[in-house]
Amino acid sequence: MTEALVTATAAGLPRRPFRLSRNRSRALRPWYRITPLVTGLTLVTFLVLVAVLAPLIATHDPLTQNLTAILQPPSAEHWLGTDKVGRDVFSRLVFGARIDLRVGFLAVLIPFVVGSLLGAVSGYFGGIIDAVIMRIVDVFFAFPFYVLVIALVYVLGSGERAIYLAIAAVSWVSYCRIVRAEVLVAKNQEYVVAARLGGLSHARIIGGHILRNVIAQAVVYAMSDIVLDILAIVTLGYLGLGIQPPAPDWGGMIIDGQPFITTQWWLATVPGLAVVFTGLALSLTGDGLADLLAPERRK
Amino acid sequence: MSANVTDTAVPTLEVRDLRIGIRRGRHDVVLVDDVSFSVAPGERYGVVGESGSGKSMTLRAIAGLLPSGVEVLSGEIAYAGQDLLAMSPRERRALMGPGIAMIFQEPLTALNPTARVGAQIAEGPREHLGLSRRQARRLAVEMMRRTGIPDPERRAQAFPHELSGGMRQRIMIALALSCSPRILLCDEPTTALDVTVADQVLKLLSDLCDDLGAALVFVTHDLAVVAQTCQRIGVMYSGRIIEKGSVTDVFAGPRHPYTLGLIESAPDFDRPDRPLVPIPGTPPNPADLPPGCAFNPRCGFVQDDCRIDRVELASVDAGREAACLHPVGMSR
Repeated sequence: MTEALVTATAAGLPRRPFRLSRNRSRALRPWYRITPLVTGLTLVTFLVLVAVLAPLIATHDPLTQNLTAILQPPSAEHWLGTDKVGRDVFSRLVFGARIDLRVGFLAVLIPFVVGSLLGAVSGYFGGIIDAVIMRIVDVFFAFPFYVLVIALVYVLGSGERAIYLAIAAVSWVSYCRIVRAEVLVAKNQEYVVAARLGGLSHARIIGGHILRNVIAQAVVYAMSDIVLDILAIVTLGYLGLGIQPPAPDWGGMIIDGQPFITTQWWLATVPGLAVVFTGLALSLTGDGLADLLAPERRK
Repeated sequence: MSANVTDTAVPTLEVRDLRIGIRRGRHDVVLVDDVSFSVAPGERYGVVGESGSGKSMTLRAIAGLLPSGVEVLSGEIAYAGQDLLAMSPRERRALMGPGIAMIFQEPLTALNPTARVGAQIAEGPREHLGLSRRQARRLAVEMMRRTGIPDPERRAQAFPHELSGGMRQRIMIALALSCSPRILLCDEPTTALDVTVADQVLKLLSDLCDDLGAALVFVTHDLAVVAQTCQRIGVMYSGRIIEKGSVTDVFAGPRHPYTLGLIESAPDFDRPDRPLVPIPGTPPNPADLPPGCAFNPRCGFVQDDCRIDRVELASVDAGREAACLHPVGMSR
């Protein structure tokens, strides 16, 4: 009977050409239909462009002081006025995007990689490895984020590198926990069991079969984490532990502008708005990514 | 038997007195008890039984996949003369793929949903045969072609959810056979497929194993599948093999009442008007077996001596064994 079926097919029933479906992702909608994602990505792209093209966009050198023209209001010459030593606020804002975005990105990239790998190893192997890694994670979680970051920055000495190292040293634990929880579920999936049965090495199984199925959660978290990290950088700047003057940084600009809040209010407000704008852009992106990568969890 | 039998002296797989169970204080719960069978190179061996008979546990023990808490209590599993249970995890891992491979019941869950099927097939050969990415890729497409997948170059780019059930099981077969294993373990590989596709897949499986000289261990509850695929058979009940023999002999004249019951409870195409006779009762709890023969409470031929001592496998005919004091169709 089966032969009959097979022959009938071979004998000339029209065969539909095989076509791969167009919508590859597990999402119900293609990415460009997810409004928050498109909005967020547009804003992020804008910010990145500003940061990359800062030397072209800025109207003045962000470091050049002009003591004859301090605290000027916005004008055709200085679009956002000048600060207390006569530097152009608009140019400093544009160059500040460069530093703050770079530090924010690095402060997320390092813990994302380190935390995810440790989390995967912890969840996959279990036992003593898991116990040791998770107790270390618990220790880090026991301290408030800012207390630990400030202490570390103090020890490492302030500056760009100290900031992202300090943040990385503290925030990898979140990635570790997220990925570990996902791995605990994924490692009992039949396709992982099947891969183990195929005699594949642990590295191949973790990298090729487990991480690619669980990394979406960590990516979504990373987006909101960048927001937190940029806020942390600004906060550190405000506390005088951040990017060292005279380098332009939004946190430093806010603290510089604070004494003049009643007279030249834009000095502190404009960099504050830049922080809000960045936070909004990254939050929308994170929200959209969550919709795209893990739609089943959003219900 | 298969044409590829080269060395009949050492069986490809030999399971000897295998006991699997859960250690619990003084009384272990024994799930698989004294199971022995051997599979010659290129041979196709069927293990039949209902749910909970221990057939899947036996297979999982061979594959090294026992669930946590369940362990091999005693016995031996030898692959080509080497004791699998004495091997280090690393040695064992090196064997999985080129030595022993397995096909799962549900191909959709056994394939990684986020990886293209061609790449998944290529992984084993890259790991075990040391092939380059390119060579492994070519081998994957070749394996897909051999499993009868049309247009394999393009389908290698597909994700598992883009393929049909039968196609996925073909991918699983291609994956399992990609390192030319000497034994292929199959755990009900056709249960998730509809009958016509299952039939094609079984035929394909037998043919490919013959081509590659792989032995097949086939675990199923479906007698028809075993009859179609295997040469020898072991029937399991309540963790033990209760009847062994060649497929033709066992089907022509089952000696154990349980085997007879299994055959009579399944439809037979040659005799469509024969009534189906169910086996009354349910299998016993492995923690609380009845005294004597484990099948005695459900057996239609039970006699008083069946309830006293455990009944061991004994030779009933040439090349056949049954664990029954009063074998069906024999006067003893």
